[in-house]
Amino acid sequence: MPKLIIDGNEHDFPDGITLIQACGLVGVEIPRFCFHERLSIAGNCRMCLVEVVGMPKPIASCAMSVNDLRPGPDGTPPTINTKSETTRRAQEGTMEFLLVNHPLDCPICDQGGECDLQDQAMAYGFNAGRFKDNKRAVEDKYLGPLIKTSMTRCIHCTRCVRFMTEVAGVPELGLIGRGEDAEITTYLEHGIHSNLSANIVDLCPVGALTSKPYAFQARPWELAKTPSIDVMDAVGSSIRVDSRGKEVLRILPRINDAVNEEWISDKARHVWDGLRTQRLDRPYLRKDGKLAPCTWDEAFAAIANRIKSAGAEKFGTIAGDLAAAEEMFALKTLADELGSPNIDCRQDGSKFDPTLGRATYLFNATIGGIEDADAVLLVGCDPRVEAPVLNSRILKRWKQLSGKLPVGLVGADVDLTYPYQRLGAGPETLLEIAKGGHDFAKTLKDAKKPMVILGPAACARSDGYDILTVGAKIATEIGAITDEWNGFSVLHAAAGRVAGLDLGLVPGDKGLGTADMIAAAGKGDLEVLYLLGADEIDMSDVGKAFVIYQGSHGDKGANRADVILPGAAYTEKEGTYVNTEGRAQMTARAIFPPGEAREDWTILKHLSNALGKPLPFETLQELRSKMYAAAPQLAQLDALEKADPSPIAKLASHAAKPGSDPFGLSMDDYYLSNPIARASAIMASLSAMLADAGKATGTDG
Amino acid sequence: MLKDQDRIFKNLYGLHSWQLPAARARGAWDGTKEMIARGHDAIIEEVKASGLRGRGGAGFPTGLKWSFMPKEDPRPSYLAVNADESEPGTCKDREIMHHDPHLLIEGSMLAAFAMRAHVAYVYIRGEFIAEREILEAAIEEAYEAKLVGKNNVHGWDFDIHVHHGAGAYICGEETALLESLEGKKGQPRLKPPFPANCGLYGAPTTVNNVETIASVPDIMRRGATWFAGLGKPNNTGTKLYCISGHVNEPCTVEEEMGIPLRELLERYAGGVRGGWDNLLAVIPGGSSVPCLSAADCADVTMDFDALKALGTGLGTAGVIVMDKSTDIIRAISRLAYFYKHESCGQCTPCREGTGWMWRVLERMAAGNAQKHEIDMLFEVTKQVEGHTICALGDAAAWPIQGLIKNFRHVIEERIDAGAAEPIPASVPEAAE
Repeated sequence: MPKLIIDGNEHDFPDGITLIQACGLVGVEIPRFCFHERLSIAGNCRMCLVEVVGMPKPIASCAMSVNDLRPGPDGTPPTINTKSETTRRAQEGTMEFLLVNHPLDCPICDQGGECDLQDQAMAYGFNAGRFKDNKRAVEDKYLGPLIKTSMTRCIHCTRCVRFMTEVAGVPELGLIGRGEDAEITTYLEHGIHSNLSANIVDLCPVGALTSKPYAFQARPWELAKTPSIDVMDAVGSSIRVDSRGKEVLRILPRINDAVNEEWISDKARHVWDGLRTQRLDRPYLRKDGKLAPCTWDEAFAAIANRIKSAGAEKFGTIAGDLAAAEEMFALKTLADELGSPNIDCRQDGSKFDPTLGRATYLFNATIGGIEDADAVLLVGCDPRVEAPVLNSRILKRWKQLSGKLPVGLVGADVDLTYPYQRLGAGPETLLEIAKGGHDFAKTLKDAKKPMVILGPAACARSDGYDILTVGAKIATEIGAITDEWNGFSVLHAAAGRVAGLDLGLVPGDKGLGTADMIAAAGKGDLEVLYLLGADEIDMSDVGKAFVIYQGSHGDKGANRADVILPGAAYTEKEGTYVNTEGRAQMTARAIFPPGEAREDWTILKHLSNALGKPLPFETLQELRSKMYAAAPQLAQLDALEKADPSPIAKLASHAAKPGSDPFGLSMDDYYLSNPIARASAIMASLSAMLADAGKATGTDG
Repeated sequence: MLKDQDRIFKNLYGLHSWQLPAARARGAWDGTKEMIARGHDAIIEEVKASGLRGRGGAGFPTGLKWSFMPKEDPRPSYLAVNADESEPGTCKDREIMHHDPHLLIEGSMLAAFAMRAHVAYVYIRGEFIAEREILEAAIEEAYEAKLVGKNNVHGWDFDIHVHHGAGAYICGEETALLESLEGKKGQPRLKPPFPANCGLYGAPTTVNNVETIASVPDIMRRGATWFAGLGKPNNTGTKLYCISGHVNEPCTVEEEMGIPLRELLERYAGGVRGGWDNLLAVIPGGSSVPCLSAADCADVTMDFDALKALGTGLGTAGVIVMDKSTDIIRAISRLAYFYKHESCGQCTPCREGTGWMWRVLERMAAGNAQKHEIDMLFEVTKQVEGHTICALGDAAAWPIQGLIKNFRHVIEERIDAGAAEPIPASVPEAAE
């Protein structure tokens, strides 16, 4: 425990931290630009210079470890003065240099109001500049549709370069040139090929990199800031929704070390324009083959008639990927009241069975636990698109182990940003590993904390249950399940999936699952199909069934629907979502749903009244107390209770005969994987850029 | 005056062949095996006792530097020889590699052995084509004669590689040199960790100047006492002085440390052009150190301590002589341009400060400035000095400080003249 005297007060500090962190621990602020706790140390901005007594020069506090300082000759602990004349002069000098070539365009700069340079210039700068010559001008760079550049403002802190290289794993940004002609660029003037790229907008301490879609939209102080949860993937990243009036203007990450650290994917960040377009803002009823606006009562009456005439046996419900636990619970209760066993939350056709136990469908190792893993087996999994932030955790672990983390992949050949060994394409390889005959099985067995990650492409197929069983066999075989470690991890791609499984939204006794319901509808055996935001099924297969679509966006489901009930998107309601680890979190309402759209559980409540089987709750609180009784883990908001691992062994004991088809990819297009994203022009432009990757360059056209 | 028998660099002027037989005749590779037989620490002790200080500019005691290398470490150790001689006014390493390369190779072998390294890299300046070719040929000779390489006659496996730089001044900074050797962009690293702990490829590394290394064989052959007997206390041995500028016969010459500057100029360089009284200023240690006024030059001796006492430094001993025909502001402004051009751009004070200082100096040279800007310029140099990752910031600041200290009146006169007769001076564009 090194001892330091900071501004006259003596403190003990943990080993291995740097002076800037030590000062932060005792509440002494040191200005900084290049230093970022989650990136490597560059030490190049020189803003954090402090006086260390006995040193001839001020020291960059971001780069000096508390262990590297020696006590004074009389044995006094190393003494740091952060307010002394030396420190002040050094910091003022650096600030003046930073401003020498920084344009004074704050009034037209989007960073204004949340600019580190602005704030620190106020606190640590001179009151006037002395540089009288012309300022430098730098050509702007093209970094894709998300990032607007204004490179004249760049202070060369290289945070963006380090983020792209170290966290995103895509070394496409760099500093070229020398001296005052140095510039940050992608070298080849193309958009950045990473779905984490927009995080560099947050990292940029000045206005050099700002958000292109948000350009000139608002000043930060005008925005209402609502802490919430992202639903674009099953990671459940912590976000902050910034809104003004009835519009969401931007989405930013919040720090959550257990989940997303402080990064979010580009989809989570920029899907907000999709919240404005293609919205269902009033109920519709299909009359003479055409959807026509109607009142809520007309819609409910039409539905009640069809359900009553069809009977509960011929009524089926499917919950979509973005449904919150509350509406799924209401849907499940309604189906139970009606006596319909045909219910499913697994619209992708995956084969999880919640009756076995939670551990069989959760990411048991936890996202933070990736940083303990010492071998990883990926099965039918492309975490880079299914959970970009989680993938960067694996990359982080790989870097922590200096590239010595063995990663094996059974499935499609994908680019994960870190090297891996491709063991095979399909279940045969998996069976071989389960038998212990494969080289990689030995690697996993030798590891202390091995992980087996089963992705959507492995579980969402007709033999998904067998694959899951083989996965469980491997996990038990290699010793991935011990008292303090559970490496059996299922990676979901849909935000609503785990809550649906927790609430038992799977077919009841003799009930039909998603695929069976669609087949039955096609044959006419199922007459009424209720889609709660379910858009990822092939609507051409549902035949002549009466389709009710409840959701927020006019997408595939609404196109086919006979009745449309407009619901709320995730930014417009308080909804519980359980992420792939089993962590229950709640979104918050940042804005109101448009037009006549309502919170989803109230729609189901009114529908139940129309059906003459009123749901047994009147308020959201009542609903929740019933829901918590059914699934107590949903009440543990933000906490993570480890699931009992014993079901995995039970699952492993089952016989498994998987087919031989190779694992495919779970998503055709990362940027267009849900109704909100498909309504977003920004996502469309990203998708187009990805499709053009390698074909066109910034100099084209 | 240095006696002929005390010279280390006996072929400094290339009057004889650089090749192995001739080098052997001059004494190279003589008794190397016996020196190695004395053991690692004996060599370090001998070099310590000789008082040899680094010849690259900073003057750090060489033996002490070597003793920082870990004695037991699972990682390999490396010697990196800094042959990226780019300091304006300096041309000593070039002569050694051109005319006496075997001294460097033998010295590398001894130094590497002393710090338990089996590999040495010579990082040679991009512009030194002929020197690289000669050095590579000499290394080839040494390999053929089994003087170096695996299973050589000396019983210490030793490989030496030449790496050709791309001509960036900053790659002469030791950690930027290591970055460049690793194939990265030449930008200095943060210290600590120091190279002796974590250098090339993360392994213990010592970076030494060519002249330092080339002096080692003779120190070992003739003994520390001989070397320590030359020069002045704490500033021992011989040194190559590179005299350029307004002298009648510019030259590079080996002399004892501590020779009076005036004697050096008059004996070897044919004196100042137009006589001693025509002297304006001397930059005594390569472009990075502050200049000396003519008055200070009269009786200063050329060694680390004496020059430090006058607020300048011995640096690389690149003596740049300027007579009274020199526009001293223009001269220092040209140096400022050099540092602006060579700044790597990594850290703020140097990246932004070098350009600023150069622009102000350009205006001052044209008389297009205000007098208060002289103090401001001095303050800016102080804001750069000591605040950067490497010493390039200091090197950019010092010449300007020397100018203001010694020639403030010249700047003021120029500003007055400019004010009396305003000329529409062009302001340098930012992107220039």
